[in-house]
Amino acid sequence: MKKSLWRSLLNSPKAVPYFFVAPFVLSFLLFYLYPFIATIQMSFQRIAGFGDVTFIGWSNYGRLLNEHFFNALRTTSQYTFWTILVLVPLPILLAVLVNHKRVRFTGFFKSALFIPALTSVIVAGIFFRYSFGEQATTLANAVTGLFGMKPITWLQIKGPAMFALVLLCTWRWLGVNMVYFLSGLQGISQELYEAAEIDGAGAWDRFRCITLPGLKPVIIYVITISVYGGFSMFAESYAFWKTATPGDIGMTIVSYIYQMGFNNFDMGFASAIGITLVILVMLVNLIQLTCFGFFKKDSD
Amino acid sequence: MRRITAWLLILIVALAMAFPGYAAPKATTLTFWTFQELHKGFWDDAVATWNKAHPAQPIALKTEVYNYDEMHNKLLVALQSGVGAPDLADIEISKFANYLKGKTPQLVSLNSIVKPVLSKCIKARFDNYAKNGQYYGVDYHVGATVMYYNKEYLDKAGVDANKILTWDDYVAAGKKVVAATGKPMTTVEVTEQWTFYPLLSQYGSDIFAKNGKVILDSPANVKVLTFLKDMIYKDKIAIPAPGGYHHSEEYWAFMNKGGAASLMMPMWYMGRFVQYMPDLKGKMIIRPLPAWKKGGNRSAGMGGTGTVITAQSKNKALALKLMAAAKLSKEGAIKTWTLLGFDPIRWDVWSDPAMKADNQYTNYFGKDIFNMLTDIKDEIGPTVITEKYPLAIDLIKKNVSFKALKEQSATPEQVLKEVADELRK
Repeated sequence: MKKSLWRSLLNSPKAVPYFFVAPFVLSFLLFYLYPFIATIQMSFQRIAGFGDVTFIGWSNYGRLLNEHFFNALRTTSQYTFWTILVLVPLPILLAVLVNHKRVRFTGFFKSALFIPALTSVIVAGIFFRYSFGEQATTLANAVTGLFGMKPITWLQIKGPAMFALVLLCTWRWLGVNMVYFLSGLQGISQELYEAAEIDGAGAWDRFRCITLPGLKPVIIYVITISVYGGFSMFAESYAFWKTATPGDIGMTIVSYIYQMGFNNFDMGFASAIGITLVILVMLVNLIQLTCFGFFKKDSD
Repeated sequence: MRRITAWLLILIVALAMAFPGYAAPKATTLTFWTFQELHKGFWDDAVATWNKAHPAQPIALKTEVYNYDEMHNKLLVALQSGVGAPDLADIEISKFANYLKGKTPQLVSLNSIVKPVLSKCIKARFDNYAKNGQYYGVDYHVGATVMYYNKEYLDKAGVDANKILTWDDYVAAGKKVVAATGKPMTTVEVTEQWTFYPLLSQYGSDIFAKNGKVILDSPANVKVLTFLKDMIYKDKIAIPAPGGYHHSEEYWAFMNKGGAASLMMPMWYMGRFVQYMPDLKGKMIIRPLPAWKKGGNRSAGMGGTGTVITAQSKNKALALKLMAAAKLSKEGAIKTWTLLGFDPIRWDVWSDPAMKADNQYTNYFGKDIFNMLTDIKDEIGPTVITEKYPLAIDLIKKNVSFKALKEQSATPEQVLKEVADELRK
């Protein structure tokens, strides 16, 4: 009886898909949806230690209006802006170069640029932290020293610290984004280029009128994940400064969540920051996707 | 024949079951979480000692060493959710207040083992881990803050460390050292609290008053922070620590090359010298801190890690006994020095002959360490710890020293007021 029920289920075209996606749905419900709902609930509570929980309405959200949160918001937004500014045009350029018929050793370049993405962010972060040390003998200061500059305390000044963070991000993700754009380039028909060449279009015109529009879906995708990545950045900052960033110069929104949740055991407030971050990232991406015409129906 | 053998076997088994006491007792497994590899060695030794002394009650200790943040987070989540906590755990002092929050303590009161020996210990070290008259943690050390002088530099400048009695003397000596050697007299932490905080405590001030009120922006504290700023920018005898703090790799490299003539840090920093600054061996001497006024306190108790027993432990009584033997007994206190190089919380062992025996620390710094400690034992003031302590330490690390001493984006008065106001919210 049982066997036949199983058999009929597995042979039913309606039921089988559900059976196969069940593991993913279950893990989503258990590890994503449930914590998310719990976080929303906690963001309205004052959790003052063990066995001491009270509902306090919007108070935690009211507490967000403080200097540390605005600092974190500013730092995170700047970081996201710079990473997008570097990590879209540069990989496109490299992808076009690597994709070119006359460039040799393309396999080597692809691998070499992709390898950093496989390293642990903490290991890379520590390596960069040492490189950007303040002694005259560190890598960064040795380089600037060649130009006659005095040693800089990189990780204790706002601008240089941001530079170090963006450089680390670029080093790690340049290869990955390049691979995305390479796959986008494969999708552009060669005939278009040939036709343009016959019509007398130069290299720049071909890039502007064929390559860029052809890459648009990939560009939208890369920007979208960069926004998520930028706003949820934590590990890089942690590797540079642990949890207490001098003068908040490297404190991101996620660092702030971590600090409030674990350093100060203020889970209610940390949850409120988390929910605010989710809303913020969704808003930024909605605006960005609308600007790119992602939601428009193709007019042709 | 076979039948006889079978009967014999049955008899042996029956006898063995009737007298189970003859079988070796099974060891009770206790779990212990720590963030410090050194502490694991200490506890392994304590359990071996325990098993020798109590063969009828053996213990098997399962220690897990995590990184600092990971361990504290894991423990917090385990206690919050009610499952998965170990029997024993180390909690660092700046995080401890988090574990005492709320109405239902998740840690076991240690009064039954602490009270009998309290009169022989530095009591202030227990108050750090107490709430409502209950002691919840036992520290490893006193954390007496001392001055490490580089004798070579002092000799070069004609300065006698024993004659530096007040901070004014120290500044005057510093000027001589800078003139004679070209090296700064000392370094000041700008991204951690180990320079500003001990000086506050030594001054008789604190972050919080005894009643829990925030007094971080008191005139005394402004004076202390201004003094540090003056040492760097006015007297020019100090520099901000390379790397920002005295535990950065950069700092160790700088100091190992003889970067500065002296350094104020707690006693437990001796281990860092031995481990990371081997080139200074035989050059460094340890002396009490200069006092603010003649006759004032010459030290402050800083840092610490309290070992706790969690409410989830299924063997609380045994864990308590082990804790008493490992950390509160005379032998245990001596081991904190011989194994870890810490200044024991039991002052009655400081004069014990065992403390004079040669080890890597006496080889590095000389033998008179504990004579000096005994001398300043009553000059270590208490520190007040409240629920806001973790936040306060965070803000001191991030904002106070950094803005006032490194960035100079705010005056000592402004930055202390700003942080104190935030703590009062």
